[in-house]
Amino acid sequence: MASLAPTFGRGAMTNHWNDIKNADVILVMGGNPAEAHPCGFKWVTEAKAHNKAKLIVVDPRFTRSAAVSDLYAPLRPGTDIAFLLGVMRHILTNDKIHTEYVKAFTNATFIVREGFKFENGLFTGYDETKRDYARGEWEYEIGEDGFAKVDPTLANPRCVLNLLKAHVERYTPETVEKICGTPKDKFLKICEHVASTGNGERSMTSLYALGWTQHSHGAQNIRCMAMLQLLLGNMGVPGGGVNALRGHANVQGITDLGLLTTALPGYLALPSQAEATYADHMKTRRFKPLRPGQTSFWQNYEKFFVSFQKAMFGQAATKENDWAYDYLPKWDTPYDVLKIVDTMYEGKLNGCIAQGLNVLMASAHKGKALQGLAKLKWLVVIDPLETETARFWENHGEFNEIDSAKVQTEVIQLPACTVAEEEGTFTNSGRNIQWHWKAANGAGESRSDLEIMAGIHTRLRALYAKEGGAFPDPIVNLSWNYARPEAPSADEVLRELNGYVLEDVKDPQDPNKVLMRAGTLVPGFGALRADGTTTSGCWIYTGCYTEAGNMTMRRSTDDPTGLGVYQNWGFVWPANRRILYNRASADASGKPWSTRKKYIAWNGSRWTGPDVPDYGPTVKPEASVGPFIMNPEGVSRLFTRGLMRDGPFPEHYEPFESPVANSLHEKVASNPVARVFKEDWKEFGKADKFPYVATTYRLTEHFHYWTKTHLINAILQPELFAELPEALAKEKGIGPGDWVRISSARGAIKCKAVVTKRLPTLTIHGKPTHVVGIPIHYGFVGTARKGHATNTLTPFVGDANVNTPEYKAFLVNVEKTTAPAGAPSV
Amino acid sequence: MQLEVSRRGFMRLGGAALATSTMSALGFGAGEALAASVRPFKLSRATETRSTCPYCSVSCGTLVYSLGDASKNARAEIMHIEGDPDHPVNRGTLCPRGAAILDFVRSAQRLKHPMHRAPGAKEFKRVSWDFALDRVAKLMKEDRDKNFVAKNNDGVTVNRWPTAAAFTTSTQSNEAGLVTYKVLRGTGIVGIENQARI
Ligand code: SF4
Repeated sequence: MASLAPTFGRGAMTNHWNDIKNADVILVMGGNPAEAHPCGFKWVTEAKAHNKAKLIVVDPRFTRSAAVSDLYAPLRPGTDIAFLLGVMRHILTNDKIHTEYVKAFTNATFIVREGFKFENGLFTGYDETKRDYARGEWEYEIGEDGFAKVDPTLANPRCVLNLLKAHVERYTPETVEKICGTPKDKFLKICEHVASTGNGERSMTSLYALGWTQHSHGAQNIRCMAMLQLLLGNMGVPGGGVNALRGHANVQGITDLGLLTTALPGYLALPSQAEATYADHMKTRRFKPLRPGQTSFWQNYEKFFVSFQKAMFGQAATKENDWAYDYLPKWDTPYDVLKIVDTMYEGKLNGCIAQGLNVLMASAHKGKALQGLAKLKWLVVIDPLETETARFWENHGEFNEIDSAKVQTEVIQLPACTVAEEEGTFTNSGRNIQWHWKAANGAGESRSDLEIMAGIHTRLRALYAKEGGAFPDPIVNLSWNYARPEAPSADEVLRELNGYVLEDVKDPQDPNKVLMRAGTLVPGFGALRADGTTTSGCWIYTGCYTEAGNMTMRRSTDDPTGLGVYQNWGFVWPANRRILYNRASADASGKPWSTRKKYIAWNGSRWTGPDVPDYGPTVKPEASVGPFIMNPEGVSRLFTRGLMRDGPFPEHYEPFESPVANSLHEKVASNPVARVFKEDWKEFGKADKFPYVATTYRLTEHFHYWTKTHLINAILQPELFAELPEALAKEKGIGPGDWVRISSARGAIKCKAVVTKRLPTLTIHGKPTHVVGIPIHYGFVGTARKGHATNTLTPFVGDANVNTPEYKAFLVNVEKTTAPAGAPSV
Repeated sequence: MQLEVSRRGFMRLGGAALATSTMSALGFGAGEALAASVRPFKLSRATETRSTCPYCSVSCGTLVYSLGDASKNARAEIMHIEGDPDHPVNRGTLCPRGAAILDFVRSAQRLKHPMHRAPGAKEFKRVSWDFALDRVAKLMKEDRDKNFVAKNNDGVTVNRWPTAAAFTTSTQSNEAGLVTYKVLRGTGIVGIENQARI
């Protein structure tokens, strides 16, 4: 998500599941929807059957998605950027871009400061000791009028598009083949299919998932696709978009709600300690338009921030105390998952709450996570199931070696309900917020997450009210207006998320006229205010529960245009817009790019179409307001200025563990700004001891570490295995079903071998390179057979922007071995 | 059958109380109607609830069937879960994970009661909700009171609690999510994360 917002303005899947059927080309790369999102994949099948769409799959493994593709090409894990910059080079040098779209709707014509350069693998401003860039030069030239300078003729060599052309020039098909191992002929064939959509007549959709995010340059993988789609004019149109197929049922919703270290709900920011005062925080968030007349919607930041503070602290948030600004913690450094595990490992964390996240299995470098957990004073686990995290202190032989008696951690398990046993909403990948109803009470004494958190809060609050203690204010003043404080209802909280009016809002022209009555639900985020008269838990969700009722319960299957819009099924944020940036489906004058791809168009007085325009509904085309309304430029960004830590353009960096040197710039092999903790540098392996490239993945029959506790899934896929290419198995004398020991610099696992043609032996830098694949899913708790945690092997380094661990590309060794103690003899 | 009756619709109509004449009126042959009234679907006696698959973000619509008539002392029991044929995305289908949600509900590893493991102990002991929640609140308060940082070294008010962290879940509802956010951020925890990161 950390690349979509810097490019388009919002970090979310731009289109939606049903819309995939409108695509002419479907590029699956960095994901495997046939196996990971099977019921969403039906819309790929639909596009193939009824839209004659071509499915292209690029993946290290010949997956089930690849099995039904029209065109498949392998690549080495961790080299997607080289591949995609190669595709970009192809369409730029062969003039296959949608020039009119690119000029009108991207920052291609913007002029970049002279100081910005890229040399020897580094952008301007690198500081090796800090492993960080000073990003000041990564900016546009600003004219005397205060706006960014542009050159619509593109003659200026400092135009973004010209800089991009120069940047990708190195990524020839030969270079792509050398780095990625993708045969040149297959690569060029894919380029041709992709290029066929750069015209407004046809569209391509990109489907990706964790195969792109789980790299030390994950955000830049996605950036590449975002840029490619802009060059082709595939954003904002039916069958287009950059579509993040997210992992968990509500990972979109929980991201929207800001349950991330430095976030506030609705993509607002948790202030850092550099922003000592409310004024400091607001100062950097004025988002003055960078071009005349642009929307720059984030100018409304304060309205959303104040409305959130009212949801958080109610009457205690006043104008006088800067809306309780001091009640929010100010961060020193982001505490992402890896950082939290590292803090545990360092012995600096005393208490941890693990609510439905099995961190012992899910963290990279399981050995480090295990040592970390054992240093906690207390651990609270909230889960419907037994988990390895809750039982980390149990000795399970080689599956979990620990001296239980020495572990001084107090552990409390709180049983949670399953989804069928509670009510509330989930937000799907396509941003659709859908209500689910409760079918039965939870098993045993289990309670909903809502009730459990409320139970913790009401008790903590009572303790602080009675005894006092460290800064009790944000706890005792937490807004808690629920009919049953110990068990708020989902209905109440959804109203709170939507937001409502706190005090009558009067018409500024006529104080006798009340515009909005206190107590009414706000109809949309346009009604939110910075004066404390409105509250909203998450501004982007406003409109989901209005005076007309709970919109997330809507279940109309009407789809008058047949484009799969389903306007009245659930509620899609923002403002029920199903395709983001949809104004870009029409040209500058408001005319659809083609009749085939007609979606939102200007009818002379307003923007109309099957969807809610992502634009001012009556803003005339002549006003030249850009379709990317969140960006101060009004257009999307091919060049992201300083918004990403590792560069305004993507660049190929090797994974932290790689079998080869970086042939483009040897001195800068891997992402120069990715964070590595001191202790972990020595834990990276080299190709001499660990010669094979490994990648991890998921199976259709399992979901993370839960379904190993479900009988049917445990029968379908009973135990851990690793996939080995035939050539490697032959070299090592390993047959199908043999036990193998797979080791990395961080640990070793044992599992059965599956010898397969699905994984390639690629030619990288002229040398044969084997790729090994290992599914996750197993552990020492469950109905499936006990297995080693695959994350015993994975490296403790993450993406430079968001610190998602590099689970998808690392080095291992493989040896034949015997069964682990206690393994059943089958 | 001439008439287009969705399977969902059919099951609703297929209840034992349904009069044969209604079935005929809907275009069913007399034979079919008779069969339906003699031995209706098991599911027709169940309560149908619309829900969502808890696994991937396709968020397939599901229909959850439970027995028990929702009367005061009856405890509903989930006995069948299938895809919602009306759902625009999954159109009634479920993948091998979604098709096995019932085995999640009934998992042998389902945690049914609050449990407590004392430091150094060899096993968990069952405890009451009151004990468990009081204990959690007490442990949180003790540590927070001891380690809360009101101001950093530069004298800036930071009001954070650095010695605690929370891994939250992206399989909780948005409503639970907001409440989780309020409760945890209200204590001053900076390290609040979820699966979106990993
Ligand atoms: S049934 Fe399968 S495809 Fe559908 S939401 Fe569940 S896990 Fe995803």
